[in-house]
Amino acid sequence: MAGFFSPFISKPVGVSQIMLKVLLALIPGLALYVWHYGPAILVSITLASVTALATEAAMLKLRDRPVAPFLKDNSALLTAWLIALSIPPLAPWWMVVVGTAFAISISKQLYGGLGSNPFNPAMIAYAILIISFPVHMTHWLTPHGLGSVQLDFAEQLNYIFQGVLPDGIKLDGVTMATPLDTLKTQLHLNGNINAIMEMPIYGYLAGHGSEAVAFGFLLGGGYLLASGIISWHIPAAFLVTLFASAGIMHLVDPAHYVTPLFHWFSGAAMLGAFFILTDPVTSPTTPRGKLLFGFGAGLLTYLIRTYGGFPDGMAFATLLMNICVPLIDAYTQPAIFGKKVKP
Amino acid sequence: MLNALLVMALIAASLGAILGFAAIKFRVMGNPLVEKINGVLPQTQCGQCGFPGCKPYATAISEGAADINLCPPGGDEGIQKLADLLGMEYKPFGSETAPKAKSVAIIDESTCIGCTLCIQACPVDAIVGAAKQLHTIIASECTGCELCLPPCPVDCITMETITEKITNWKWKYPVYALTPAKYDSPAP
Amino acid sequence: MRTLYKFHGGVHPPTNKDQSNQTSIKQAALPSKLIIPLHQHVGNIARSIVKVGERVLKGQIIGRPEGHLSSAVHASTSGTITATDTEQVAHPSGMPDYCITLIPDGLDEWMPLEEHDWQSMSHTDLRHKLRDAGVVGLGGAVFPSDMKLYSHNQKITTLVLNGAECEPYITCDDLLMRERAAEILQGAEMMRALLYADNVLIGIEDNKPEAIAAMRTAVEAGKHERMEVIAVPTIYPGGGAKQLIRVLTGIEVAAGVRSTNMGVQCFNVGTAYSAWRAIRYGEPLISRIVTITGNVAHPQNFEALIGTPGNELVAQAEELSGTTGYIMGGPMMGVLLPSKQVGVVKATNCLIAASDKLFPPPAPAMPCIRCTRCADVCPSELQPQELYWFSKAKNLAKAQDYHLFDCIECGACSYVCPSNIPLVQYYRFAKSEIWAQEASQKAADAARERHEFREHRIEREKLEKAEKLAAKEKAALAAKAARPLQSPATVTIPNADPENTIQLKIQTAIDHAKEQAAASKPKNTEQLTPEQLAQIADIEARRARIREIAKAASEGPA
Ligand code: SF4
Ligand code: SF4
Ligand code: SF4
Repeated sequence: MAGFFSPFISKPVGVSQIMLKVLLALIPGLALYVWHYGPAILVSITLASVTALATEAAMLKLRDRPVAPFLKDNSALLTAWLIALSIPPLAPWWMVVVGTAFAISISKQLYGGLGSNPFNPAMIAYAILIISFPVHMTHWLTPHGLGSVQLDFAEQLNYIFQGVLPDGIKLDGVTMATPLDTLKTQLHLNGNINAIMEMPIYGYLAGHGSEAVAFGFLLGGGYLLASGIISWHIPAAFLVTLFASAGIMHLVDPAHYVTPLFHWFSGAAMLGAFFILTDPVTSPTTPRGKLLFGFGAGLLTYLIRTYGGFPDGMAFATLLMNICVPLIDAYTQPAIFGKKVKP
Repeated sequence: MLNALLVMALIAASLGAILGFAAIKFRVMGNPLVEKINGVLPQTQCGQCGFPGCKPYATAISEGAADINLCPPGGDEGIQKLADLLGMEYKPFGSETAPKAKSVAIIDESTCIGCTLCIQACPVDAIVGAAKQLHTIIASECTGCELCLPPCPVDCITMETITEKITNWKWKYPVYALTPAKYDSPAP
Repeated sequence: MRTLYKFHGGVHPPTNKDQSNQTSIKQAALPSKLIIPLHQHVGNIARSIVKVGERVLKGQIIGRPEGHLSSAVHASTSGTITATDTEQVAHPSGMPDYCITLIPDGLDEWMPLEEHDWQSMSHTDLRHKLRDAGVVGLGGAVFPSDMKLYSHNQKITTLVLNGAECEPYITCDDLLMRERAAEILQGAEMMRALLYADNVLIGIEDNKPEAIAAMRTAVEAGKHERMEVIAVPTIYPGGGAKQLIRVLTGIEVAAGVRSTNMGVQCFNVGTAYSAWRAIRYGEPLISRIVTITGNVAHPQNFEALIGTPGNELVAQAEELSGTTGYIMGGPMMGVLLPSKQVGVVKATNCLIAASDKLFPPPAPAMPCIRCTRCADVCPSELQPQELYWFSKAKNLAKAQDYHLFDCIECGACSYVCPSNIPLVQYYRFAKSEIWAQEASQKAADAARERHEFREHRIEREKLEKAEKLAAKEKAALAAKAARPLQSPATVTIPNADPENTIQLKIQTAIDHAKEQAAASKPKNTEQLTPEQLAQIADIEARRARIREIAKAASEGPA
């Protein structure tokens, strides 16, 4: 028999399906990632996933909660994928494991598990890692077509698990700073935007390779919007704000401020807009609140990128906005049926 | 210098006037705390707290002379409310006191002799009757304080617990379980 | 073409209406017994006026309306009353309520019926007739219709006739509109006149083209110039009164506001039909159309007598094996009946034979992930997730701040929640908890007042006594001064004497009562029917009144 009380029917879309669709939406970006950087990322994703599931199971046991339904909800898996995608692909295995375990155990389960964590676990992991291991976190694999040497899969595995590179190759030889990082350094050296953009590391809009990955995430985001998994408010507000603030500064001083499209397609902007900021648990629930949240995150990201000490602002912008969510929710309650102005 | 002094004096005077005005305008009559506490107490007027009624108990609490866990009809919720109101820690009932289900008094009308003693005891005038007449209890006004029991010379008053009926039935708190087992338990 | 408005949210559950709307309405067979609850309407319970063993005729009043807001209950067929007791009724609590059990004699003999022409009746008479005919809202709210047909000081422009029937499975209004459109419209015309409304808008969801066509034809044939049949989009809960009013007129009626204040009144099509029958033919509301569907071989609509046991009705549609229980109403807002024997009431628009296949057990509830799918579908534009957190934490004041009472319990939020949280269940809990708390607060306030009044009275009496005593003493002194020879003892005697005599009297009375109590052990007051109790209460009340009067009279001159 059905439940004892109405409604006796329900729409068969569960949390696990939603999370699964989000994972699916990551595929285009992931495919382009592999295309440009090689399969190392798949290793990190696997590592992170295993760690996440194991940590989740252990924590649920410790907290005396049923393990099976929560493992099946796919939320830990999503966190794992997002962590792997936001840290450098050639990160040593222990970094992936430490980051993921911390995200799941401390920033998710200790706060009460699914639905109760105030901060985005993936971004917490990112923040912890960039503070603890700044050197590792700023060395990105050189995308295919750039650089002199290319590691094959076996060599990548070797580095990830044993930290050894083939003879005669130094880490600096196969990795480089991210496009955003390079931009910052070059600007410090009094470079001119136009000159900087001529560097081989840059492609059509932003970083060579990374811009394609960002485009992949944009595609996935489009799918999420179309299938109603996320609402348009947060991505739109975020991207528009980022575009507008970058655009204004670019118009004012094109020599020292990059184009808004550069901001869109570099770093974690696209991933953040559609996959991180939209995490329902850590974002506001009201439509106006979501707009405000996206706006704040966009502005903060731009400010941190342009004036802050870190190469990308996505993680810290997300975390800072996460703090404001309860406040935003409380102050943006919409008018209800019958309490609005009459038509 | 003189100007500054004058300005300061003026400000001080006007602020003083506003304060004075507010003090008169918004003065609260009586002791508001006692009223507030009394508002939380169940008004059963049973004296089980050791005071001759709810108001005296409220006064005692407000003076700090009594604990907040002495009122059985208020139940745990009552203590919680008092704790919230007074910004105190919740305190469970002592060993002698325990929360009590609400009940009403029933007069066995075949034994009642019409002595009016219970009428005098009832704190809320919920018993009607006159000398040598049958007495009866207005159930809707009876607070279940049991004060009418001892004076009755023929012990014709009994207390009846108010049980759940269709008219006062409440939806139950949903059982929040992560296993489908919750639906195996019988419907309330 | 009329411009229709939209309401926020809504869901599209599978309608499942085609199973039961293929055949015409069938007269249900006379059941073996009828269990007729006395409380089938909003307001005061009707008072039974029949005795066990009495023979009643079809349509005879067996429960009289009590007080302002109440409605009459009638014998659904002729037969003998076999019990006036408590029985399980169609209520989510599964608790018993007062019912009258009637065994039909098979004659189905009507009482004499009065036919009327509503146009020649006064509005007050019309309303009284409706009340005595037990006409209540048949959409499920069962609010006494006579109470909704006033148009005191507000001008009512629009009467909305609700034929939307948005709940899945239910087709009783659909069939009624297809087959009895003309009479529905006659009833609507009468209601419009009672309300002095300008026009009648009939809203029907566009998944019922036959009903729309039938109603349109009837509007033309009956020359109902002020009526318009409007097809509204199929969306749940588009048939909620507030939602339909919004769709048809654009007006939003908030919780706690009467739609009449905004110039609109809303009735179900079935109610209009019953009101018409009640006035034109004098037939009280003793039967209604009930959809029998779900796990049955022949889902269809029956015209069933009020009080027909559910299982006897479902049997006529051939219940299939695997039926675990009956849902009264639709799957979104219905209640699971506590047993299959529970009788059809005025609110029973549908009985769904439920099986595990049709209604699989819900998946386990997971924590809320704040996805706001619930807010997206809430027709009241609430934030169900916030309400859920507050209700779950029993933070009732906060839940109220977030407009808990604007929730219409439509269930759309629970329907879409990916975490399978029984959201509405939490709201129901919170609402009834708040009501209970308010009731006990009210009782406490009343008790405080009575207590304070009593203290005040005692104080006053003391004062009066003292005054009287002083006056007496003064008089005595004066008398003494006048006749100094009298002894002072005589003055004090009246004060002491009554005490003694009272004690004495009480003692004799006690002895007397004890004897009596011993003699009259077997009490006859234990197993009384509600009627007898009511009678006793009545007599007691009368006695009390007389006593009061007597007391007042005896105290007056003193
Ligand atoms: S114990 Fe009785 S008298 Fe004392 S506060 Fe409670 S209800 Fe009032
Ligand atoms: S049940 Fe209440 S909260 Fe849920 S959708 Fe319906 S009106 Fe909104
Ligand atoms: S639909 Fe369910 S999980 Fe989503 S916000 Fe509402 S209550 Fe929470």
